[in-house]
Amino acid sequence: MRRELRGIYSIWLREIIKFYRERIHFASAMTTPLLWLIIFGGGMGINLRTGVISSGYSAYIFPGIVGMTLLFTSMRSGISVIWDREFGFLKEILVSPISRTSIVIGKALGGATSALTQGIMLLLLSFIVHIYISPLNFIKIIPIMLFISLGFDVFGLFIASIIDSFEGFQTIMSFIIMPTFFLSGALFPLTNAPGWLQTLSLLNPLTYGVDAIRGIILNEGRFSLSYDLLIVIGFASFMLIITSWLFNVKK
Amino acid sequence: MYAIETTNLTKKYKTLVAVDNLNLQVEKGKIFGLLGPNGAGKSTILSMLCTIINPTSGSAIVNGYDIIKDSAKVRQSIGIVFQSISVDDRLTARENLRFHSMLYDVPSGIMEGRIQEVLRLVELEDRADSLVRTFSGGMIRRLEMARGLIHHPEILFLDEPTIGLDPQTREHIWDYIKTLAEKEKLTIIMTTHYMDEADLLCDDIAIIDHGVIKVRDTPEKLKSFLVGDNILVTTNLPDKLATGLSGQDFIIEMKVSQNSLNLNVRQGSRNAPQIINIARDLHIAVDSINIDEPTLHDVFLHHTGKNIREEENDNFISMYKRARRGR
Repeated sequence: MRRELRGIYSIWLREIIKFYRERIHFASAMTTPLLWLIIFGGGMGINLRTGVISSGYSAYIFPGIVGMTLLFTSMRSGISVIWDREFGFLKEILVSPISRTSIVIGKALGGATSALTQGIMLLLLSFIVHIYISPLNFIKIIPIMLFISLGFDVFGLFIASIIDSFEGFQTIMSFIIMPTFFLSGALFPLTNAPGWLQTLSLLNPLTYGVDAIRGIILNEGRFSLSYDLLIVIGFASFMLIITSWLFNVKK
Repeated sequence: MYAIETTNLTKKYKTLVAVDNLNLQVEKGKIFGLLGPNGAGKSTILSMLCTIINPTSGSAIVNGYDIIKDSAKVRQSIGIVFQSISVDDRLTARENLRFHSMLYDVPSGIMEGRIQEVLRLVELEDRADSLVRTFSGGMIRRLEMARGLIHHPEILFLDEPTIGLDPQTREHIWDYIKTLAEKEKLTIIMTTHYMDEADLLCDDIAIIDHGVIKVRDTPEKLKSFLVGDNILVTTNLPDKLATGLSGQDFIIEMKVSQNSLNLNVRQGSRNAPQIINIARDLHIAVDSINIDEPTLHDVFLHHTGKNIREEENDNFISMYKRARRGR
C-alpha cells in the first residue's frame, strides 16, 4: 500500500514538474476563459433579454466558464497519455511494479491539480464580472472543482486508452469536448430547449458540475447541491473503475 | 536455479505464430543473446519475459517468479532497456532517474546515492541536470541503461541496444555493457540482429527464426561448427595448383574456376604458407591469397538458409500493427 502511494506520488510529481515548467502555457490557457467572459459574455449580454437569467449574462456564464476550463484542461491532460505512448515513456510506467490503478490515479491527480489551479485563478478573477464569492463559498467550490476535474481527467485517460493514434485527437475535440461544453448549460439554460437536447444535457455530467458551482455562487441551481455532488462524484468513481480495468487488460 | 526458464512459451497474433513452444534456460551471470532477423520473435519473447504481454500458452519463470502469477515481483527484479526511446525528454536525467527510483520503491535514504552511482557508471554525471531533449542518441541509451540498473535488478534486458546508433557510439555502448556484466554480476539478456554485436558480447547465443530456436551455443562453438576456413587463391594456373595440392590432409574441398582456386581448409591461417610453398615448388605464380574465417553470419546462413535482414524498421512491429488494424 505504501509503495503504491509512493508510485502515485511520483506520477503526480512528474505531471506537476512539467506543468510548472510550461507555466507560459498556463498563462495563455487562462486567456481563453477571460475572452469568453469579457467578449462573449459582454457582447451577448447586451443583446439578451430573457426571464430565465436574472443575474446578468456575464455573471450567469461565469460558473459555466469555470466548468469549461476544468473540462478542457482535464481532458487534455488525460489525453496526454497518447503523447506518453507516442514518445515511449508510457512503457516505462507500464512495466514498473506499480499497479495500473495507481497509474490511473496518479495521472488523474496530476491533471486535476493543474485544472484546479486554473479554476482557482478564475474564481479569484470573478470581480471582473461583478461577482462576490464569500470565503466560505470559495472553499465549498474547491472540492466540487476537484471532482469535476478528476472525472474528466479519467475520462480523457479512458479515451486515450481506446484510441491508438494521434489523429484521433481532433475528432475527440470536436465530437466529445465541444458538445459536452455546449450541453452543460454553461452558456445558456437548456430548460427551454427541445426535448432531445434536454435529455442529452441531463446525461452530461458537466451539467451537474456547472449547476453546483452556479448554485453556490449565484444561488440559481436547478438541482440540489447534494444531487449535483452525487452525480459528479459518481461519474469520477465510475470512470476510475472502468479505466483502471481497461488499463489492466494486457494485449 | 536458472535466471530464466520457459516451458512451451507460445504467442500467437491471429494467424501469425510469433513465438512457437519455446523452451529455454538461461544460467545466471551470463550475457545471453537472442539473435535473429527482424520479425523472428525476439522482441515478443522479451516482452513476455518482462510481463508486458501475456503468452497465449505456456509459461516462464524469471528470477524464480512466474511471469503470469507474480508479475509484480518479476518487474521489481528486472531492468529493461527498450528498443525505442522511453525516457521523458522534458525532464532532466536526474528527474528521470528519481521518477524510476520512486516507482521501484528504492528507499528515499539511499535514492540520491544510487542515482549518483549509476550516473557515474555511464559517465553522465556532468549532464545530470540537463533536460534529456538536449541529449544525443548514445547519451539517451546510456541514461536508459543507468535507469534500468538503479533498483539493482538481477536481470537486465536489452532490446536491440545499439539499433540506430552510429558505429562509434555502438562500440561505446558495447564497452558499457561489458563493464556492467563484469562489475554488477548481472544476467544480461539481449536481442540483436547485428552479428558482430552478438559475437563480441554474448557468452551464449540462440539463433531464432520464425519464433523457433534453430541452434544455441557459445559464439566460438557455433563458429567451429562450420569446419573449415575459406581460402581464395588467385593464380593463372589454378588447375596445376589443384593437382599439386591434392593429397594434402588439410584440404577439405577444392573448386577450380578461371584464374582462381577456391579452397576449404582446416586451420586456414596456419596452412596458408604451406599452400604458397607448394605453389612455389611447382613454379606457379600466386597473385593473391585471401583467408576467410567463418563468421556468425555464415553460421546464421547455415542454420536459417538466409541472410539476416539488415533493416532498421522492425517488420514484426508493422506486421503486428497491421494485424491490429484489421481487428
